[in-house]
Amino acid sequence: MAKRIEVSGLTAYYGTHKAIEDITLHVEPRSVTAFIGPSGCGKSTFLRTLNRMHEVTPGGRVEGKVMLDDEDLYGPGVDPVSVRRTVGMVFQRPNPFPTMSIYDNVAAGLKLNGVSYRKSELDDIVEKNLRAANLWNEVKDRLGKPGSGLSGGQQQRLCIARATAVEPEVLLMDEPCSALDPISTLAIEDLIDKLKSQYTIVIVTHNMQQAARVSDRTAFFNLAAIGQPGKLIEVDSTDRIFSNPSVQATEDYISGRFG
Amino acid sequence: MPATNKNTTTRLGDRVFSTLSKGSGIALLVIMAAIALFLAIRAVVAIREDEGNFLTTFQWDANADPPVFGIAVLLFGTVVSSVIAMALAVPVAVGIALFISHFAPRRLATTIGYVVDLLAAVPSIIYGLWGALYLVPHMTGLFLWLDQFFGWTKVLAYDGTPARSLMTVGILLAIMVLPIITSVTREVFLQTPKANQEAALALGATRWEVIRMTVLPFGRSGVISASMLGLGRALGETMAVATVLSPSFLIDPSLLESGGGTFAQNIASQFKEAGGTGRDALIASGLVLFVLTLLVNGAARLIIARRREYSGANA
Repeated sequence: MAKRIEVSGLTAYYGTHKAIEDITLHVEPRSVTAFIGPSGCGKSTFLRTLNRMHEVTPGGRVEGKVMLDDEDLYGPGVDPVSVRRTVGMVFQRPNPFPTMSIYDNVAAGLKLNGVSYRKSELDDIVEKNLRAANLWNEVKDRLGKPGSGLSGGQQQRLCIARATAVEPEVLLMDEPCSALDPISTLAIEDLIDKLKSQYTIVIVTHNMQQAARVSDRTAFFNLAAIGQPGKLIEVDSTDRIFSNPSVQATEDYISGRFG
Repeated sequence: MPATNKNTTTRLGDRVFSTLSKGSGIALLVIMAAIALFLAIRAVVAIREDEGNFLTTFQWDANADPPVFGIAVLLFGTVVSSVIAMALAVPVAVGIALFISHFAPRRLATTIGYVVDLLAAVPSIIYGLWGALYLVPHMTGLFLWLDQFFGWTKVLAYDGTPARSLMTVGILLAIMVLPIITSVTREVFLQTPKANQEAALALGATRWEVIRMTVLPFGRSGVISASMLGLGRALGETMAVATVLSPSFLIDPSLLESGGGTFAQNIASQFKEAGGTGRDALIASGLVLFVLTLLVNGAARLIIARRREYSGANA
């Protein structure tokens, strides 16, 4: 579990529009890497290229290389479906399946691709992942109830349990707390801290305190002007980015002088 | 609800609008009650004069003296032809709707959607003429083939005479209800939240698995509602059935052989020659169709309500 991501020369397009240009960076296993930057700088787009979700958008295509250990995610013959099994994702808005119970939400990914589990195995996996997501005690008496009946923060932890249940190598989080209140946000941050012992985690966030709190390394993205492609400005240890960044633009952004 | 507090002044516009909408609601109830009452009163008159058993008699001699009539054949024919229509139309409609909403390239999807809507605009008498002149002769081959393999079941036995039968009617009805089911279903499928479809994709679901996990369960109640709309049309379809079917007051065990009848077809065919009791008898059969439609709709609502908390409407 937990693999290293190595991205080189990655450019992503929406049709003819270039959204991000020539990004090269690596993400260490069992660590949290935060992507920060102003709106529209392409950090979410970049995140979605890491599990080949970008190409789901009509007109979305990618140039460049993403290596997961020694596997090229965009190599010939690589099935995007299996990439997404290996690289899990948590979205901005909690999106449990409304037609499924809490239990079935966690088990949803396990029932895919023709794999079948025994009921007892499923029970164990569901419990383990709900516990790991710090949600078990709150939902253990209503596993058969719909997931949409939970609070926003609980729903997001349910989505994390759903993502971890298929045992991915990497967990991508696209502003996972932006729709949550501060208490639920803290719960998710605690969870991220706990999960990083097992997974490679990449988190996009607009909240700089959050980046500083949860991440080991931080990447700053920026764009020259509206309509220009987003670029990686610098990536370094979080301490360094927030205390003594090497690029002026990073310091301006972090200190709130723009963005 | 409108503020009734005396201290607050209600604006004239609000008052006019609330009166209008209340009036429309009441008018609807009054009309429904009037229809039901009319049907019930005339039906009671007819059933009192009926010398046969209204529910079980295989005969329709309402103008004779004494009048003898029963709805058994009509009920059977109406239910069977509609069930055949639903069994054929719903899977095809769901398939077309899925293709339009999730598989076809945009331009093709628009074209197909347009053609499907166009089918809905064809008047039912045209379907009837097409059914009688084209569909009936062309069913012979299919029915003979069915007879060859399944003739022993009696239900699908066929002797090669022109197939003005319940099966042909069912197939024709299926084509007629296809557009309404397809277009409602398509709209529901298109409303599946993108966030849920992306969640499924991100778990490593294939395109079909995304549809099975999100689109189909989300659209379930919509598909049921759409089917009910279609079923309502199939149950009540008159001209097309009257044109195709060769009516008889017998229940033939074979669905492929000519004969049988439906409520609406029987009313249309007999109304002109019917006298006093004859008309009341037809109205009594209409009441049964009315009740049947109500029951079907009620059942559909029950199915939808039972899974309301999972409907996705509260997501």
